[in-house]
Amino acid sequence: MMHASLDLFLAQGMLGLNNGVFYAMLSLGLAIIFGLLNVINFAHGALYMLGAFIALIGYSYFGAWIGVPGFHLNFWAALIVVPLIVGCFGILIERTLLRWLYRFDPIYSLLLTFGVALVIQGLFSNYFNMSGTPYPGQPESLRGIVNLGFMYFPKYRLFVIVFSIVICALTWLFIERTRLGSYLRAAAEKPDLVKAFGINVPRMITLTFGFGTALAGLAGLLAAPIYSVSPLMGADLIIVVFAVVVIGGMGSIMGAIVTGLALGLIEGAMKVVYAPASNTVIFILMAVVLLVRPSGLFGRQGE
Amino acid sequence: MNKIFWLLLVVLGLTAPAYIYPVFVMQLMCFALFAAALNLLLGYVGILSFGHAALFGGAAYITGHVVKVWGFPPLPGILTGALFAAALGYGMGLLAIRRRGIYFTMITLALAQLVYFLALQLPFTGGENGLQDIPRGHLFGFLDLNQSLVMYYTVFAIFMIGLLIIYRAIHSPFGQVLMAIRENEARALSLGYDVDRFKLLAFVISAGLAGLAGATKAIVFQFASLTDVHWQTSGEVVLMTLLGGMGTLFGPIVGAITVVALQHELATLGTWVQVVIGLIFIACVLVFRRGIVGELARLLKIRSV
Repeated sequence: MMHASLDLFLAQGMLGLNNGVFYAMLSLGLAIIFGLLNVINFAHGALYMLGAFIALIGYSYFGAWIGVPGFHLNFWAALIVVPLIVGCFGILIERTLLRWLYRFDPIYSLLLTFGVALVIQGLFSNYFNMSGTPYPGQPESLRGIVNLGFMYFPKYRLFVIVFSIVICALTWLFIERTRLGSYLRAAAEKPDLVKAFGINVPRMITLTFGFGTALAGLAGLLAAPIYSVSPLMGADLIIVVFAVVVIGGMGSIMGAIVTGLALGLIEGAMKVVYAPASNTVIFILMAVVLLVRPSGLFGRQGE
Repeated sequence: MNKIFWLLLVVLGLTAPAYIYPVFVMQLMCFALFAAALNLLLGYVGILSFGHAALFGGAAYITGHVVKVWGFPPLPGILTGALFAAALGYGMGLLAIRRRGIYFTMITLALAQLVYFLALQLPFTGGENGLQDIPRGHLFGFLDLNQSLVMYYTVFAIFMIGLLIIYRAIHSPFGQVLMAIRENEARALSLGYDVDRFKLLAFVISAGLAGLAGATKAIVFQFASLTDVHWQTSGEVVLMTLLGGMGTLFGPIVGAITVVALQHELATLGTWVQVVIGLIFIACVLVFRRGIVGELARLLKIRSV
């Protein structure tokens, strides 16, 4: 009996970890953007949704549009193409809209990105089924299940967990261990000083926003074969990710990753302990963290 | 100038049923009061709550329940809803004001989502269907609220009382401190004002009034639904305040009229409404930060509206 319930915990833990990598990737993107731009990107969920839709359109519709019905954008190509398109779209948003608002209260940037999210969601709601469309492009090599000893786990989900953690780790290494990353951290602390050293900070801001949104697009693509692709798939997720960000604090890149993964696990464990509370546990934890440590687990005091 | 606005509001409010469908005007007044309540925070304290739908919708559910199941008369029912919202606002505010700026906004949004899930899962809320068939009942035991005009003037009275409370709060020493916090929080703190307590009190008043609006809406339309507590409603009320002009007394009313009228006009377009609302959001933020009333006041050089 004890053994069975341990297995159940591990099984839900794996599924929770699966959600956790999405929380981690999205809150990582938010944290990078916030660090440099001081902007919370409300459109992050919509861009996640956009990533999933680009993958779906590329696989199922694009061939017919260009008159080559046999064309399917395969999953591996999408891993490159989707983040690129979403990242470019992010850069477009930053260049044409966001940059006019840096001198005003950050609230305006938040409201702007909220507007952008509504537009993207509204557009896709017009053309696609609200209840979701399945993404058929899951590669053959990732179909089927693997035996983890305590459970049979879908191969694809295992791939998503490993791949996402690798991406998060690479991002962390890039920011903490490379020269360009050190410019980024310096610009987040003292943009004027970094500018004085002759580094093009506005371009860095643009690229950072592009990178953060590309991460959201990538997360969307990875999610497409698991959850059905729907116009509102990012809307509710982004609120959970906001709670993750409040719990972790935006002080550190590692903090965003670790908090995201941990909260996914806790959510999974909650499904075993008391299932009805599983979708509220993150918000309750947020309230507790605010009472005990208002600046967040990894946040710097006084933020 | 202020007097002209008030006069206009009273005259329009009293005569509106003669030329506009009363239910539509009642909807307008509920949302206008809701937006005015949000504006007390956004416009006068400078803090953006993205969770006000939880207070609005929460009150609607509580009022619906006490009126329908416990048999409360309409007025005590509405007051119960508003008090519940104020208490909920106290809890939300207590947590959210521990962080500033954008964090405050994210926390209110996340807490509101918690309320949304509760509304979805608690046994008395009716889940996806919401609470339906809430009886309107009799005001003071003898005025039948099922008569359209009786209901209308009751809503109008509640709307005016709510607005007067906000007016009173702004034009008081308390309101002056709020605006001081908006302009320079560190300075207000250094002058010895307990900034957090003022923010919390403002949040509770705002929550109570948002609840008053939601509770009244539940009686008028005789239902409370998940839409009332959804984040999209929070977004809409922020837009009303922004579009009308935050930090002005009459801005939220103008904003509410514009947005609600727009939704009625565009109802046939389906989900395109969301695109239009999103575009208005973007336009407002980029080029129209003062809002309709704010821009008008600037053009006409009016100091206080």
